[in-house]
Amino acid sequence: MADIPRLRHLKGRDPLGLRRALADRLLPALVGAMALLAALGLAGAQGAGRLAERWQAGASGQLLLQLPSDADAGAIAERLAQLPGTVEAALVPEERLRQLMAPWLGEVPNLPLPRMVAITLRPDADQTSFLEVVQDLPGAQLETQGTAIQQALRLAEVLQALSVAMLAVVGLVGAALVTVATRSGIAARRETILILHELGARDSDIARRFARRLAQLCAMGALGGAVVAVPALWALADQAIPVVLAREATAADLPWGSLLALPLVAAGIGWLTAWITLRVWLRRL
Amino acid sequence: MVRFSRVGLRYPEGGGAWALSGLDFMLEPGSFTWLLGPSGAGKSSLLRLMHLSLRASDGEVEVLGANIARLPRRALPALRRRIGVVFQDYRLLPHLSVFENAALPLRIQGIPEARLTADVREILRWVGLLERADASPSTLSGGEQQRLALSRAVVARPALLVADEPTGNLDDAQARRVITLLREMHRLGTTVIVATHSEVLPVEYPAAALRLESGRLVSHG
Ligand SMILES: Nc1ncnc2c1ncn2[C@@H]1O[C@H](COP(=O)(O)OP(=O)(O)O)[C@@H](O)[C@H]1O
Ligand SMILES: [Mg+2]
Repeated sequence: MADIPRLRHLKGRDPLGLRRALADRLLPALVGAMALLAALGLAGAQGAGRLAERWQAGASGQLLLQLPSDADAGAIAERLAQLPGTVEAALVPEERLRQLMAPWLGEVPNLPLPRMVAITLRPDADQTSFLEVVQDLPGAQLETQGTAIQQALRLAEVLQALSVAMLAVVGLVGAALVTVATRSGIAARRETILILHELGARDSDIARRFARRLAQLCAMGALGGAVVAVPALWALADQAIPVVLAREATAADLPWGSLLALPLVAAGIGWLTAWITLRVWLRRL
Repeated sequence: MVRFSRVGLRYPEGGGAWALSGLDFMLEPGSFTWLLGPSGAGKSSLLRLMHLSLRASDGEVEVLGANIARLPRRALPALRRRIGVVFQDYRLLPHLSVFENAALPLRIQGIPEARLTADVREILRWVGLLERADASPSTLSGGEQQRLALSRAVVARPALLVADEPTGNLDDAQARRVITLLREMHRLGTTVIVATHSEVLPVEYPAAALRLESGRLVSHG
């Protein structure tokens, strides 16, 4: 009896009664959790991408040439600076070196220090002539950060690939959830669907009503997940950005576009999955 | 209007037995026809073929000028909308109000809200349920539920009205009321076929009759 006043509100927009048949909070909650995971995955992919970019741009072409303390470092630096691929080659002043070494060596004024030449190569330059020159210098040691950078870049790539894989898994699990929810909706409204079918409703109309409802539930859940993701991502950015980019995190560092896209993508997955599930089911009538 | 030619029907779950066989008959436009026969004779099966809920296993079924076997699947909904069906067990939607149940065929056709309300109210007045428009079907008596089912079947002005034992669950007074409404539809030009296992109703309301026994037509007219 308590139902009667509510019946009036059902109107024709929902002849399948889907708002009640598919009213459970479980699907939006699970979709919300998936959206949160997706947001973290997206942030991971984006962060790894930025890290890789920075390493590549900032560190490629930065070399440090170490020469024996008796070498004519000034002349060597000049010679290197004239090579076509070199942007800059400068002797690191002894004062600066002592400062840098102080934490390890203490204040030892008379310790002979190696001479260091800081070199910046053009990133696109052919380095063979440069390397040939360096090889002929007695006692010279080239410290490239190259190997470490390569490894770090590979790490960033792996992180990125994992994030993408995680997004794919999240999407698939989301689609599976929608399929299960749609099937339970079909089971709850089986007789109603059959009646609408017999009254001449098109399969596409019935499928569309389910799809719209599921899309709505998914969008709601994903919106909730995206909202929860904001503080989580902020906490992450606040910790990671100073380390990675050597500056404070700002609101612009959060992946707002991706966060906004989450409800839309979730709605799309929900709509399409429900629609296909219904079309397959109706096919058998 | 309707033409069956050597029609046979086997249910997939029926173990190869013919539920209907060798059916040959026509319903003229604007006719009223009783479909008679004992329980299990095949009346419901025949009507299901007629309202396109089933496809014949054999022979040809022609409804409203369309040969059903040759019709593509996507053409069926439009044809179904021109056929009104009244089921013995009403088949109302429990989560919708009386009004919404009666409005369903118009909504399926996409009739705009403004036009639909007047039509639905008129049909509910006709079956005597206008005051119950906002009620839940579960609060209606059997007779009222059957009249609601009838209003849903006719609200979209179908060319063909198919009723499967519409009085089976009703007392005499309610049964007469429903039959009167069906005959009124006939008088307004609708082609009507009514299945019943009652031997009394066809005597009370004489009309053309098809008699089924064990899935075969035993008499005509
Ligand atoms: N869904 C079904 N599956 C298998 N057999 C069926 C089905 N429906 C009806 N039948 C069989 O078809 C025959 C005719 O049934 P039905 O058309 O319901 O008769 P009536 O409506 O005259 O009582 C019966 O033998 C019945 O068992
Ligand atoms: Mg029957």
